[in-house]
Amino acid sequence: MTDQTASSDAGSGQTDTVWTEREPFIDRIPRWVAMTGLFILIVGIWYTATALEVVSNIILPGPKETWDDILFVGQNMLDGGYMLEALITTTKTVLLAFLLAMAIGFSLGVLVGETKFGERAVMPYLVAIDTMPKVAFAPLFIAWLGFGISSKVALATFIATFPIVVSTAAGLYAATENERMLFKSIGASRLQTLIRLKLPTGLPYFFTGLKIAAVGVMAGAITGEFLGGGQGVGALIRVSASQLDTPRVFSLIIYLSFLGLALFLSVVWVQKTFVFWNKSDKPGGMA
Amino acid sequence: MASEKAKPAENRPVYQIERLSKVYARNRFQALKDVDLTLRKGEFGAVIGSSGCGKSTLLKIMAGLMPPTSGRVMLEDKPVMGPRRDIGMMFQQATLLPWKTTLGNVLLPIEMRDGKAAARAARDRARELLELVGIGRAENVYPGELSGGMAQRAAICRMLITDPAVLLLDEPFSALDELTRDFMNMELQRICLERHATAFLVTHSIPEAVILADTIYIMDANPGRIVETIHIDLPRPRSLDMINTAKFGEIVHHIREKLGREMYGS
Repeated sequence: MTDQTASSDAGSGQTDTVWTEREPFIDRIPRWVAMTGLFILIVGIWYTATALEVVSNIILPGPKETWDDILFVGQNMLDGGYMLEALITTTKTVLLAFLLAMAIGFSLGVLVGETKFGERAVMPYLVAIDTMPKVAFAPLFIAWLGFGISSKVALATFIATFPIVVSTAAGLYAATENERMLFKSIGASRLQTLIRLKLPTGLPYFFTGLKIAAVGVMAGAITGEFLGGGQGVGALIRVSASQLDTPRVFSLIIYLSFLGLALFLSVVWVQKTFVFWNKSDKPGGMA
Repeated sequence: MASEKAKPAENRPVYQIERLSKVYARNRFQALKDVDLTLRKGEFGAVIGSSGCGKSTLLKIMAGLMPPTSGRVMLEDKPVMGPRRDIGMMFQQATLLPWKTTLGNVLLPIEMRDGKAAARAARDRARELLELVGIGRAENVYPGELSGGMAQRAAICRMLITDPAVLLLDEPFSALDELTRDFMNMELQRICLERHATAFLVTHSIPEAVILADTIYIMDANPGRIVETIHIDLPRPRSLDMINTAKFGEIVHHIREKLGREMYGS
């Protein structure tokens, strides 16, 4: 087998390795190093572009001004200033809409996924509404519910509900034929099969829907605040942009992304806690 | 040839099936035609046939998961009209719930029929069963950590927990690798002998049917019917070594001939 190498150093009893796998550079460095490297690169380009005035400072503020403004906004929030109130308002809108979307989406999802009536009669309407550009409903919600928080909650809920409906229904279909037959053979009722088999099996799907909804609910709340004014961060962004206060727009977006990230990560955390079995798919378990 | 006369000891019949037919209304397909079959206490029956010969349909009707078109199915002198607690079932896949421990999975049939309190009360019995199949130490492990063979052992316990009068086995080990499969078949034999269980196996592996069964029903398709009944009088307990004996080879050869070329069992 090792004729070639053996003959080259016959008698020494050692074999040279002639061909082996080399790990690519990107795999050898820790992830945070790669991420930091990219961050520095982007900020560097950004800094150079603004320092050389490739674009006007009004259109694109430099990293330094933006960072200063982020600190200023953070200080204002820590001191309980008006920007903290805006953030609280938006957070309230987002959380309220998320909970509503979860309740409505889950109920409709079970209706569609478990009953023939839901599948045959309700689902087509849901698909039809889902294909509409939902943001276009914003003026309606404002007309119906006014300029307060409720019109924003309504829009955000409206946007976030559909992914939850679809994923819940898909999750209820996820139990395999074997599992259904097992439950039938051990005399489980329809309700027992739903609660003890179909819902737990569908949980990973449900959480996928929640993650999409967590993103959607943020978009809905901010859109609502752009269009309907009020006290939220979206309104502040609009005002800042109209005053050409670009650094402020950037820093408000940063704080909003923290809010979105927090919501997303809490969904991930809850999923990891409740769907602990979904990590390994060995032959013993069901995929 | 395996003698037609040496019937298993004339125990009382557990399962009696008479003139059973099934026509699927959807496509007018006749899946079963005039199937007669009697399973006695302690007997191990096996049905063998190619895909689409109606053997799964037969098993589903026997399990009460599907009504027949005509004919009758009696278990312990009572007609089968839906799933019953005195029927234990096992499928090709272990089908364990991944969010329940092995013990929880074994107790599932009790929990569904009698509630959580009854399931708690049956814990010791479930542990005994897990010992019986040799996975007593895995009681608190989740199915994701079990090997394929261990998962099927847990499925055996789940089938036995309600102390059923008959065990219906739908190709129970066909998803396992061959070594594990042979071993599990011997385990199954040991458990059945120990409990004097009445069992009915659906398979498309000829050697598997011959090594396990007292009676083999050969089925043919279109319409699904039993074309031959063979009594296997190999002594019990059987061992894997018997596969190499001339007699075993003769029986396998006969069945293979009968099934024709379409059959693909090993």
